[in-house]
Amino acid sequence: MLKIKDLHASIDEKDILRGINLEIKAGEVHAIMGPNGSGKSTLASVIAGREDYEVTKGAIELSGEPLEELSAEERAHLGIFLSFQYPVEIPGVSVTNFIKTAINESRKGKGLEDMPANEMLKKIKEKSELLEIDRKFLSRSLNDGFSGGEKKRNEIFQMAMLEPKLAILDETDSGLDIDAMRIVADGVNTLKNADNAIVVITHYQRLLDYIVPDFVHVLYNGRIVKSGGKELALELEAKGYDWIKSDVTV
Amino acid sequence: MELKEKLLSSFWGLDSSVEVAEHINDLRGDAIKVFEQYGFPSKKQEAWKYTSLNKIVNRDYVLEPKGDIAVDFNQVKKYFLHDLDSYAIVFIDGVYSAHLSQTTHDGMDICLLSAALTKPRFRAIIENYFNKAANSESMVSLNTAFASEGAFVYIPKHKSVEKPIQIIHFSTGNDSALLLQPRNLIIADENAHVQIIERHQSLSSHPVFTNVVTEIFGEKRSQIDYYKVQNDFEDASLIDHTFINQETESNCSVHTFSFGGKLIRNNLNFSQNGEHVESTLKGITIIGEKQHVDHSTLVNHNSPNCESHQDYKGIFGDQSTGVFNGRIIVDKLAQKTNAFQANNNILISDKATINTKPQLEIFADDVKCSHGCTVGQLDEDALFYMRTRGIPKKEAQALLTYAFANNVLETVKIPELKQRINKLIANKLGVNIGFNL
Repeated sequence: MLKIKDLHASIDEKDILRGINLEIKAGEVHAIMGPNGSGKSTLASVIAGREDYEVTKGAIELSGEPLEELSAEERAHLGIFLSFQYPVEIPGVSVTNFIKTAINESRKGKGLEDMPANEMLKKIKEKSELLEIDRKFLSRSLNDGFSGGEKKRNEIFQMAMLEPKLAILDETDSGLDIDAMRIVADGVNTLKNADNAIVVITHYQRLLDYIVPDFVHVLYNGRIVKSGGKELALELEAKGYDWIKSDVTV
Repeated sequence: MELKEKLLSSFWGLDSSVEVAEHINDLRGDAIKVFEQYGFPSKKQEAWKYTSLNKIVNRDYVLEPKGDIAVDFNQVKKYFLHDLDSYAIVFIDGVYSAHLSQTTHDGMDICLLSAALTKPRFRAIIENYFNKAANSESMVSLNTAFASEGAFVYIPKHKSVEKPIQIIHFSTGNDSALLLQPRNLIIADENAHVQIIERHQSLSSHPVFTNVVTEIFGEKRSQIDYYKVQNDFEDASLIDHTFINQETESNCSVHTFSFGGKLIRNNLNFSQNGEHVESTLKGITIIGEKQHVDHSTLVNHNSPNCESHQDYKGIFGDQSTGVFNGRIIVDKLAQKTNAFQANNNILISDKATINTKPQLEIFADDVKCSHGCTVGQLDEDALFYMRTRGIPKKEAQALLTYAFANNVLETVKIPELKQRINKLIANKLGVNIGFNL
């Protein structure tokens, strides 16, 4: 589904990604781990189409379609979803209106009519229940004054509504208490199927107890320096990142 | 002949056969002398520093339109809130259009200023109110000198007008370039309630220059909600002078929506003449191209225990320019004044300009006054966030812009108007999305 070949990206002439190779197939869950500043969030932003980053070399494609020339919204219409580490607060736009606009603009991007209002309502009800989101919450301004947990639940709610092919969850566990993490993880697991794929970007292993990855990759200094199964996450948890760093320098 | 000379000679040739009270004729005579002395304002004057009338006044205008121009309702329907039951006072090229209007004398007067100026039964009201709130600045005086037609609204004591009043000034452009000087007089007597929507609209792309004066009087405990919709064609310019005198415990709000026209100058003057008065001044400006919108507000806090709230939002694209000049004067008698002013702007183009200037002159010592102005850009992080959810850039910008301006709409009390403004904003931002936020 997603193929990344020798991807180099920089911001303000500073190289952040220095040759990433990654292939993700439908039905898989990949975890990307690594110390601070290794390029995890940059990788997520570059896949999602953030214009601040310049791709200097390499290629990304989704289901055979090259992404380089596509805007963030066009990538979203192809089925890429990025759950933000720090979801942006947008006062004056309610959660409901935002998600309605997002769904209908995405449908428009695919040449479809607006979703009928009753279908939309039904879907909002179903997905908000899945994430244990209160009705009142839906009429609040998007992320405005939300707690960390509410913001992340709202991200996964949007993911559930948009049903992406490839969901990238950037540090979704940060700022979550154990209950919120369980709700978020249950939500993600319910949405997982044979046709979509999930990339979990995380610093710690604990989220991976709930969303179990098929593959774990360690990103360091803009490159994937180690890949393995879910046991790699446990090893990292036990030993920290220093052994990786020393391995790389050696 | 220069426009000024043309106006002066036109004044002395005015048809004097229309019977008006002697004192009105005196007022007009005095007013033309002021205009003769000072002429059109120039950028050398502090109050006009950022707004130049040069391009507008250096052209020829027809001063006395032919009148009797038939305009079919279907042609202009879209400029009315036609889904709303309302009174309407409609003018075409400055001439009253009976068939587009719905006036009344049943328990209140919603009619024409020309009627009020000439009919004996209005004499006392005219003597009490006409030209009593307006000042004698040059452009106001010019209007006063020619003041003969416009809307007249008198709501007697304890009367709540059950439906809004629409005042619409159309210009047809059948005469090549037109100068219009409507004069509106609105009086809400003690405990009267009224809602008014005012609009100036050209029906062709011909140049039109409107210099309008509106005097509004809110007597004790009255409630007036006034809405100005400014969305005219690119060659229409508007200089609006609105004067509001408020008495004890009265409440008056003015919302100004400026989306179109070549040049708009809104002079909005409030005078609080009794205690516990509340005044609200709000506006949304969204312009682009080379449009220019200037809001010059003045709130005179003359009495103790009064409040004023100002909230103006501006969004400027292309090479448009905006001006906000907000002046608050708190008299030494006006203790316990609570005056709030905010002017927030977003520049969506590198070539757009906003000049914003709060002016507070406070002579009392026990007051709460706050003001703030900001100039910024749309939040890039928010735009990216929205785009990752499939909302295209233009729509994301529109949604953010709307969210930014949204709180000004919260105090609009006519739902149909609010909906209309939402549509106008979407049109102005070039998107087709609903803003039911």
